[in-house]
Amino acid sequence: MNRHLISAGDLTKDDALLILDTAEELARVTERSIKKLPTLRGRTVVNLFFEDSTRTRISFEAAAKRLSADVINFSAKGSSVSKGESLKDTALTLEAMGADAVVIRHSASGAPHRLANWVRGSVVNAGDGTHEHPTQALLDAFSMRRRLGGLEGRKVTIVGDVLHSRVARSNVLLLNTLGAEVTLVAPPTLLPVSVGTWPCEVSYDLDAVLPKSDVVMMLRVQKERMNAAYFPSEREYSRRYGLDRDRFAKMPDEAIVMHPGPMNRGMEIAAEVADSARSTIVEQVANGVTIRMAVLYLLLGGESA
Amino acid sequence: MTIIRNVRILGGELADIRVAHGVITAITPTGPQADVISGGRPSGQEGAGGAGPGGVVGGADGDGLVVDGKGAIALPGLVDLHTHLREPGREDAETVQTGTQSAARGGFTAVHAMANTSPVADTAGVVEQVWRLGREFGHCDVHPVGAVTVGLGGRHLAELGAMADSAARVRVFSDDGKCVDDAVLMRRALEYVKAFDGVVAQHAQEPRLTEGAQMNEGVVSGRLGLTGWPAVAEEAIIARDCLLAAHVGSRLHVCHLSTAGSVEIIRWAKSKGWNVTAEVTPHHLLLTDDLVEESPVGAYNPIYKVNPPLRTRADVEALRAALADGTIDVVATDHAPHPVEDKETEWSAAAMGMVGLETALSVVQEAMVETGLLDWASVAQRMSVTPARIGRLAGQGQPLEVGAPANITLYDPSVRTEVDPSAFVSKSRNTPYEGMTLPGRVVATFLRGRPTVLEGKLV
Repeated sequence: MNRHLISAGDLTKDDALLILDTAEELARVTERSIKKLPTLRGRTVVNLFFEDSTRTRISFEAAAKRLSADVINFSAKGSSVSKGESLKDTALTLEAMGADAVVIRHSASGAPHRLANWVRGSVVNAGDGTHEHPTQALLDAFSMRRRLGGLEGRKVTIVGDVLHSRVARSNVLLLNTLGAEVTLVAPPTLLPVSVGTWPCEVSYDLDAVLPKSDVVMMLRVQKERMNAAYFPSEREYSRRYGLDRDRFAKMPDEAIVMHPGPMNRGMEIAAEVADSARSTIVEQVANGVTIRMAVLYLLLGGESA
Repeated sequence: MTIIRNVRILGGELADIRVAHGVITAITPTGPQADVISGGRPSGQEGAGGAGPGGVVGGADGDGLVVDGKGAIALPGLVDLHTHLREPGREDAETVQTGTQSAARGGFTAVHAMANTSPVADTAGVVEQVWRLGREFGHCDVHPVGAVTVGLGGRHLAELGAMADSAARVRVFSDDGKCVDDAVLMRRALEYVKAFDGVVAQHAQEPRLTEGAQMNEGVVSGRLGLTGWPAVAEEAIIARDCLLAAHVGSRLHVCHLSTAGSVEIIRWAKSKGWNVTAEVTPHHLLLTDDLVEESPVGAYNPIYKVNPPLRTRADVEALRAALADGTIDVVATDHAPHPVEDKETEWSAAAMGMVGLETALSVVQEAMVETGLLDWASVAQRMSVTPARIGRLAGQGQPLEVGAPANITLYDPSVRTEVDPSAFVSKSRNTPYEGMTLPGRVVATFLRGRPTVLEGKLV
């Protein structure tokens, strides 16, 4: 495995399976009453969050603490530029503190790549702009595997704002590596013009794709897209691309529903669907901690374990 | 009297050029009968600096200077239509002094200084200041470009006539960095400059289509999650402006063409006989948007961030072909210096632009000459003669012949060297070519007979 986890595309199939299998083992630990392992004792993990994301930060924090790492939360809300300190200076500060791993969340695509030039420790991308969110893709794959058995040949439909979604980019890359067949469904305005070069199918018609899907993953529609002419209105989006009860009924009986959260209930997903037994949305949160433990364990634990 | 020996004018036969009072007085074939010994140096004039081409082998104090070109190519002094000298306002990035030194090192004898300074060059006062600074330092002629609109604001025409009538005699007007996107304002500007034979140099970028744009919109931007700068945003403005220029019978110059589609539009406009000229930068002739994803300096390195953005291989090929067949008239550097801290950031926070004066000729050799697309005479046309004509510069861009001003660039195309930004004389180092091996080296530059560069070093 690489020293960093910046793009899901950097993972080979063996890397990805190793992470998923490791997570499976760690999940057993998480189910015990004493959840802590001594593996990363004495190692320092910095959570460097330039964007508010309590969910992701807490998930990484819990993961690092369960492996007995020391955790430093470095919250630098707003862009580094508006704060007056450059990303480079922040990186050098962390370097001086002896961070073994830096988990970075940033509004600028590519910020983790830049950070990796300036720190010696491992860089873990916890979401960069509209680029990638590889641990989300890993936890999604982990959740799918737990529900469906394997991923090989499974049909995964990802619905929504693909253009601005780091979750979609990482999922397309990882699921392709793992042998699943991905179909992206969105209004054409919310797909990159070059989406035809991606390793997946593309459709504008959700109803046509649903009956053939093993997994339907709904993406959050950001409020700011609603005012930028990507689609005419919230209601029209919901009618054409929302997963409501009627559409849910068109899915095969075993198919599951996923959402990376936070959801707009009633917009991209109906409440009944989100809360149904075939929804993995709550499991995804729990699996997030497990998969991040696996990532930190494999990036940092290797040499001392 | 200055004698420049052993040079190949436009790559031709060896010749000696004699210069007096800033003017070429004689051009004679270099022959064995001349006072040149086998080592290529004039006999009896061995000087300390005589080792390399362009070295001084005679008295260096102006009169009686003898320079041995050692077979270097002699070109008319290069003229840049598109330079950012940053002064006034961003003297941390570049000054008129360092920018013109950089120009001289790159073989330029004249540059057009873009108007997006602080304050903006939108009044006679500012353009005269920049022009005077250029004259004071004397490394190369500085011709200020006047802003089209007040403060580059795109709302009101700047006092174009006052700038034209000023000591700086401005003929090129541009809001470069910003597009004159208001169609009425662009029409008026094109019409207005006809009164003094001016030209509007448009930075073609439809603003709504490029809100937050970070790089070429295409395969790479889609993967990298960077907001796209679509080709259509350039092409739509160029098409409109060509039609406007035709309608009002004025002269349009299009800055830094970057797409294959833009080439098609310019080709079409020229086929109509319209008075449209276009430029391309060296970097758009060599580099592609793949570098943002994969390069020796890492992904998302803002050293490749520039406006208009680097495009695809197909665009590069179309631009080269267009420069070769004359659809694109000139190479212009868009030399855009930025301090380190404005580039050592995350991609979206970084400044756009690359320095280019000191690498321009080498990049053109690599992209156009080594590929057989241009010979040296055509390079001279596109980097000296035509840009001077577009800028209406009387004393620049003239063929190297008796009676012409002695603006001469000596260039040795035979060497290949690794680009070392620390050797630049520009104040800024934001070059995308660091570590690349490029051909050629400017060995000497003469401005009206006076050397500004000898042996590759500033005089």
